[in-house]
This record gives sequence, structure tokens and C-alpha cells, in this order.
Amino acid sequence: MRRIVLVSLAILFAIVVIVLPVAAIFTRAFAEGLGVWAQAVTEPETLAALRLTVLTALIVLPINIVFGLCAAWAIARFRFPGRRALLVLIEVPFAISPIVAGLCFLLIYGAYGPVGGALQPYGVQLMFNLTGIVLVSLFVTCPFVMREVLPVLAVSGEDEERAALTLGASGWQIFRFVTFPNITWALVYGAILATARAIGEFGAVSVVSGAIRGQTMTLPLQIELLYNDYNTTGAFAAATVLALLALVTLVLRGLVSVFHPARGAAP
Amino acid sequence: MPILQTPIDAIRRRRRSPLPGLGLTLGVTVTFVTLIVLLPLSGLAWQLAGLAPSDYLFVMTDARTLAALRVTISAALLATLLNGIFGLLLAWVLVRYRFPGRTALDALVDLPFALPTSVAGIALVALYAEDGWIGGLLAPLGAQVAYTWWGIVIAMTFTSIPFAVRAIQPLIEELDPAEEAAATTLGASRWQTFRSITLPQLSPGILTGTGLSFVRSLGEFGAVIFIAGNIPYETEIASLLIVIRLDEFDYPAAAAIAGTMLALSLVVLVAINMAQTRLYRRLEGGT
Repeated sequence: MRRIVLVSLAILFAIVVIVLPVAAIFTRAFAEGLGVWAQAVTEPETLAALRLTVLTALIVLPINIVFGLCAAWAIARFRFPGRRALLVLIEVPFAISPIVAGLCFLLIYGAYGPVGGALQPYGVQLMFNLTGIVLVSLFVTCPFVMREVLPVLAVSGEDEERAALTLGASGWQIFRFVTFPNITWALVYGAILATARAIGEFGAVSVVSGAIRGQTMTLPLQIELLYNDYNTTGAFAAATVLALLALVTLVLRGLVSVFHPARGAAP
Repeated sequence: MPILQTPIDAIRRRRRSPLPGLGLTLGVTVTFVTLIVLLPLSGLAWQLAGLAPSDYLFVMTDARTLAALRVTISAALLATLLNGIFGLLLAWVLVRYRFPGRTALDALVDLPFALPTSVAGIALVALYAEDGWIGGLLAPLGAQVAYTWWGIVIAMTFTSIPFAVRAIQPLIEELDPAEEAAATTLGASRWQTFRSITLPQLSPGILTGTGLSFVRSLGEFGAVIFIAGNIPYETEIASLLIVIRLDEFDYPAAAAIAGTMLALSLVVLVAINMAQTRLYRRLEGGT
């Protein structure tokens, strides 16, 4: 009896709080038929926003992977002064809210900030364009890859790598043939999380994007713009694209976590 | 002298890993962290340092700032309380019971993390506005959620529920059923067992889960602004006020509010960490 009550309550909560909102997006987006939805999604401004979002994710992903691998390798394999502080600094973005993050970038890299101001005479502008969007996206996503790879490196130990070293392997060979096979799935898992976050980030990007229609609007920003224009069909259509990407992310995570040694089904 | 020095050198050399790549990987890491994390943070610190204490107080005691802080903190507290209760329920059900759809429910818990916040925001409005499924049910009762403080609570609950569930879940998995059985044998009621055996052991997870929920709720922006209505003094959250001050080029005011919110988040995070250590020590001491 108690079991039935608790399970029903939990399912009811999940349906009302989590499922219904997502169902509402799709119902509203398809309310006027598939044709209207398709037209709204292929609106030039929405397509431009989608392109910018994909471009940002494509730039952020490789940088994130290189940084995540370097950070995890340095922190897992070596002891150096400031190691703990470095670890804390890499995780700091998780503790900072999106708007505060965006503001921080504006204050240093904006035209009135010390770095942005110093670069301005040379015609270099860092904020309110693609560079700004990429920079804040790197900030909000920087812990993901390191966080997944570091525990796997720590657990796997360095015996195999030392053995490879004594056998005359170069640094690259050690990484490619000894380390990489151990961390592949952790890396993929972290990269999926980071990419999903880069695609969906709203607050931090909204502060530094400059909001130029058709140019510096990412898809999450475009949703707000359309919504404020009372173009609800367009807004919900754009939202379905991101919601589908989110669902794909969840499925991919589930599949990858099967192979990822440090992950069960948990996040 | 050389005799004394040699052993120390040997120890040092042994402690240093023979593996290659320290220079390269640490160089890349430090450069990245400096440009992407350290410099932006110092940007905020730099702006705050240029602010006289009286200017800071002027911004923070402004009626609109105080109202925004009150709205944000009170909504975050209620959302955190809801997440604590329902997070515990969901985690408990997911670990303890086997029922059809359990795996789906487990996956669903992560959906709020996966869903971009502006998508969550627009979805919640669609649901709670007067023409929405739930808003339509509430309207005849005279209750309104969208564009009120309650809408903010709903949005914060939605975006931070995974924190609570995922922090509590592993601790329920680790519970020893024998302890509960022992309590039952000794004549404890189910509630007594839960209250004095189970709950204390779950407290570190509940603390972390609710703490992270609270911090996330304080800073949530995308999901909230759609449903909040954003009426100054009533449903305007602190993050939005920062954006408004930025749009007015009032950087010092934006930095003052942002610095305060950041300090509040960090205090909560550090407090969780300290309480965590103390709780674990007490739990280990007790057994």
C-alpha cells in the first residue's frame, strides 16, 4: 500500500513538473500543423541563429577537449604547487550564475574593461560578437571534460604509462596507445555534456551577445526574441529544435554511460 | 654537506613522476584558466574595488534592489524546500522500488539539466498561462501562477530538482537494510525507523542536494524571466536587475549586485562543505 502511494506520488510529481512542460512545447509548436512548424523553423533569422549556435558549439568543443585532457593529465599525473587551487578554479564556473558570468566577461573584455579597453585602439573587439559568445561558452563548459577524465586517470594509475616509457615510447605514443583507450568514454561523456551546455546556454551569452538580429543571436536567445515579438509559433518551433537536441543528449549520455567506468546511470 | 643533500635529492627525484608532458599540459591549462576563469573574475573584483563603500551601500539599499533580493531569495528558499521533499521522494522510490517505467523515471530526472533554460522558461509559460493546461485549471479557482512570485518558484523548482535527487540517491543505495530491520525488531514503528535511523544517514545528501538547489535557484535566469512577469518591486529577480543596470551602462550597480549574489552563493557552498565534514564525522563516530 505504502509502496503504491509513494511510487504514484513520485510519478505524478515527475509528470506534472517535468513531462508536462516539455509536452506543452511540442503541442504548441505543432498546434497549427506541420507545415506552419516547418515554415517557422526555416525562417531566415531562426536559421541564422541555429547556424551561430552550431558554429559556437563546433569552436568550443575542440578547445574544451584539448583543455580538459591537458588539465586532467597535469593534475592526475603530477604534483606541483597550486595544484589544488587550479582544481578549484576549473570548477568555479559551476558555482557562478550565468548572468554574473556574463557580467565578469563584460567587465574585463568589454570596451570599458582593462583588457578590452587596451585592445580597442587596435580595432580588436572581443564582446558583442562571435568571440564574446565563444569566450563565455568556454567559461560555462570548462569543467565538464576535466571532471569526467580526471577520476578515470586517477583510478587507472600510471603503471602502464611508465611501462610504455621504459619501452621507449614517446609522449604522444604513450597518450595515443596507452592513456587514450582508457579514457575514451569518459572523454566522450564529458564532451557530450559540454556541447549540450554550449548549445543551450542563455544567461551568460545574452549578456555578451549584443543581440544583433540575424547576426549575434544564438538559438536560445532567438526563442526569447520571437516570444517578445508575440511570434509564439516561431518561438515554440525554435524551442522544439533545442528540446529535441536535449532529448538526443539524454539518450547519448545513457548509451555512453554504459561504457564509462566512473558512471553508472547517474549523471 | 653533500652527504646530507644527496638523500633529499633522491627523495625529491623519486617523487617526481617520470612521465612526460608536464610543461605542455600545465602550460595549456594555466593559460586557459587565466584567460577564461581568472581574468573575468578579476574583472568583477576590479570593478568592485573601484566602488566606494558608500556607493556600494547606496546601490544595495535601493528599494528596487532590496525588493529583487527579497523576491529571489524567498522564491529560492521555497523551491529548495520543495526540492528537498520531492527530491527525497523521487530518490527513495527510484532506489527502493521496482516498478514499470522506473528506468524512464530515472532518465526523466535529468531532463531539466539537459533542457536549455530558455526552452524551460517558454515551456513553463505555455503550461501555466491562463490558456495553458495547468493555468486553465487554476484560473477558475482564482489562482494565478504565471507572471507571479509562484511562477518564479515553479521555474526554480524545475531547473534544480536534479541536484536534490542525484545527491540523495547514492546515499539511499548505501543504506544497510539490516539496520532498519534491527530497529523494526526492537519495536520501532516505520516512522520512528525512518526518522531516527534512515534520515540521519541521508542528511549529508539532503544537505548537499538542497544547498546546490538553492545556489542554482539564486542564479537562475533563463527559465525564470519568461514566467516571472518581471514587474519591478514584485516579480523582478536579482539577475534581471543586473541585466537592467547593464543596459543602462550602470556598471558599478550591476557589479555591486552581482558581487553580493556571488558572495552569497559562495558562503552557502562553503557552509555546505563544512557542515558536510561535521555530519560525516558525527555519523562515523556514532557507529
